[in-house]
Amino acid sequence: MNDSLMRVYFDYNATTPLAVEVLDAVVAATRDRFGNASSVHYFGQQAKAVLDDARSAVATLVNADPSEVVFTSGGTESDNFAIRGAADALEPAGRRHLVACAIEHEAVLNTLKALGRRGWRTSLVPVDQTGIVSPDRVRDLLADDTALVSVMHANNEIGTIQPIAEIARLAHERGALVHTDAVQSVGKVPVDVRALGVDLLSLSGHKFNGPKGAGVLWVRRGTRVQPILTGGKHERNRRAGTENVPAIAGLGVAARLAIDKIATEGARVATLRDRLEAGILGSVPGTAVNGTPSMRVPNTSNISFDRVEAESLLIALDLEGIAVSTGSACSSGTLEPSHVLRAMGFPAHRTQNSLRFSLGLFSTEEEVDRVVEVLPRLVEKLRGLTKKTVPA
Amino acid sequence: MRIVVAMSGGVDSSVAAALLADQGHEVIGVSMQLYDFSRQTDGSRRFGSCCTLDDLHDARRVAAAINIPHYILNFERQFEAQVVSNFVSEYASGRTPLPCAHCNSDLKFSTLLERARGLGADRVATGHYARVERDGATGRPLLRRGIDPAKDQSYFLFSLTREQLACALFPVGDQPKDAVREYARSRGLPVADKPDSQEICFIPDHDYARFVTARSPEAGAASGAIVDETGRVLGRHEGVHRFTIGQRKGLGVSSGTPLYVLALNPADQQVVVGKKGALERTSLTASGVNWLSEEPSRPLRVTAQIRHRHPPAHATVRSLGDRRAEIVFDTAQIAVTPGQAVVLYQADVVVGGGWID
Repeated sequence: MNDSLMRVYFDYNATTPLAVEVLDAVVAATRDRFGNASSVHYFGQQAKAVLDDARSAVATLVNADPSEVVFTSGGTESDNFAIRGAADALEPAGRRHLVACAIEHEAVLNTLKALGRRGWRTSLVPVDQTGIVSPDRVRDLLADDTALVSVMHANNEIGTIQPIAEIARLAHERGALVHTDAVQSVGKVPVDVRALGVDLLSLSGHKFNGPKGAGVLWVRRGTRVQPILTGGKHERNRRAGTENVPAIAGLGVAARLAIDKIATEGARVATLRDRLEAGILGSVPGTAVNGTPSMRVPNTSNISFDRVEAESLLIALDLEGIAVSTGSACSSGTLEPSHVLRAMGFPAHRTQNSLRFSLGLFSTEEEVDRVVEVLPRLVEKLRGLTKKTVPA
Repeated sequence: MRIVVAMSGGVDSSVAAALLADQGHEVIGVSMQLYDFSRQTDGSRRFGSCCTLDDLHDARRVAAAINIPHYILNFERQFEAQVVSNFVSEYASGRTPLPCAHCNSDLKFSTLLERARGLGADRVATGHYARVERDGATGRPLLRRGIDPAKDQSYFLFSLTREQLACALFPVGDQPKDAVREYARSRGLPVADKPDSQEICFIPDHDYARFVTARSPEAGAASGAIVDETGRVLGRHEGVHRFTIGQRKGLGVSSGTPLYVLALNPADQQVVVGKKGALERTSLTASGVNWLSEEPSRPLRVTAQIRHRHPPAHATVRSLGDRRAEIVFDTAQIAVTPGQAVVLYQADVVVGGGWID
């Protein structure tokens, strides 16, 4: 491995480095707050205080009440909890239908599939090349027995922000619950659960400089969801299992940092992202931005490169020290065509020639300029070869 | 030099990568995802029946141990087109295919080499036991046997063109196997004591007939007669793809003397059997011949190998043009098998090879 390379990390939508304050909090809680938060004694109280503090911070971040915040292991668990928990709660009332959009994260899509195998009807809202879900298309799919509508707040691959409030209003008219996977928006743009009008919201700490292994399902007070993890009486009977106190401590600190910085950081990162995007579009011919640029989270840019296999370009960039991503990786680590770009109706080649650049807290102008400097040469090299042998 | 090493997770390619890294090259480890074992043709999911994910795990651990980047490239589509479909159609047409040779010339040193070039690497290295050298006089690449006679794999590399060979590196080819394992041990590679892989990678249960049956409707429905050399019917069988020339076991016919498969006729689904002596052939013709030395304008003395484990036999080769050749053996050879390769050597240098008609 070339250890002298300048490493550029532009894959913040996959995960983020810890903020310094977060690391300190995780270390301190690991060392000093080892107690079980359910214990009555001093050690338990010390741990419980960490949870309470973090719960307040997260509640403030999304304009919720602390009692509505349920800690989980992360976004995937939160999505499972929301969908399976709502399905279990509403099935006795005769509701057997679930709606999600076609560009959801696999955590949502595969949970719907699993429930589909158990007899639930599921509908996916199609999405066009804007990457934005049309509320009208959602309305078309709603039925009298729709239990839950789940639409992500911001898309992980192209960053588009969805009209959740409008969708929630329509779904509520039909008596359905509404969940939003806000894993890619919380910490990047202001998120207000009341303004969104949803019932359930997933978020994950490691997407905004918190540690992995701590997330939240926000459950609007009065919303009925069944727990999916049964056991002790943790999290007010909603999520059994001894709380991951150190990670939750870090999540709380990350939430506070986000509250303090979201306005300035959002603008700073947007400036960098726009500089990167303009630089690439200006220096590499045959490039285009996927999605709707004006309705995105500020850190994400998804760009297609004509006549380039994204897998090769990703590796070529990595060999230059630049970390970006394509669609999602499968279990063995090979890259698959982006299901998001496919669902948006792009032709097959474009689902395999697009790269996602996602920036964040530690991104700098120098890094942006380095990427813009390196990319044209790598693309040219790969294009020179594909002219000779075009893969079918 | 920037070099892509094809890493299978086995000890040979692991040591190949380590040797190159230790020589100071910029090594990029690549593992090829070739076959999705979770999507078996019968629709069942066979989690754990195959070693692929474990092999990738091993390759990643080796790459981490020697501190090189490692990527997994999905070549399932190309592997299917270049290797698997040929394997199935060859068996279905009564021939005995050699998929490893196709994989080398049509995948590793074509698709993977193309990818490597795109990444700025002009060489692809593998863990094969063979040597590539440059002929001092002509500048042409020479393909030689690996120095460990028990491990030599030059037979599987005959179909590489000179251009492909010029881009190939076989770092373990000049070492005996035990030295390779010893290097792995001394280097702390986690695969030092991993057993050698056997047989064909995409059929981990070795049941070739079932694989072919599942993938070729014609083969699946086939049946026919087992006959002797006079055409007398001795029994029935369920498809010529279940047999190979020289096969003795599993014929399902009883006879006073041992019977061997002599010929497979896919057109009328006949399996011809007979005594061992009838397996002897003194000549063969080959197609798709790849000449690594100059194509001979007159008969050339060589040793010819007609199977991986076949002791090379003295022979004379004559080019028939159009990438065809005739090989005449000094003494008759047993079980010349259509679909296998005949590889021609002078001393330990591969002068060419082709596919047995």
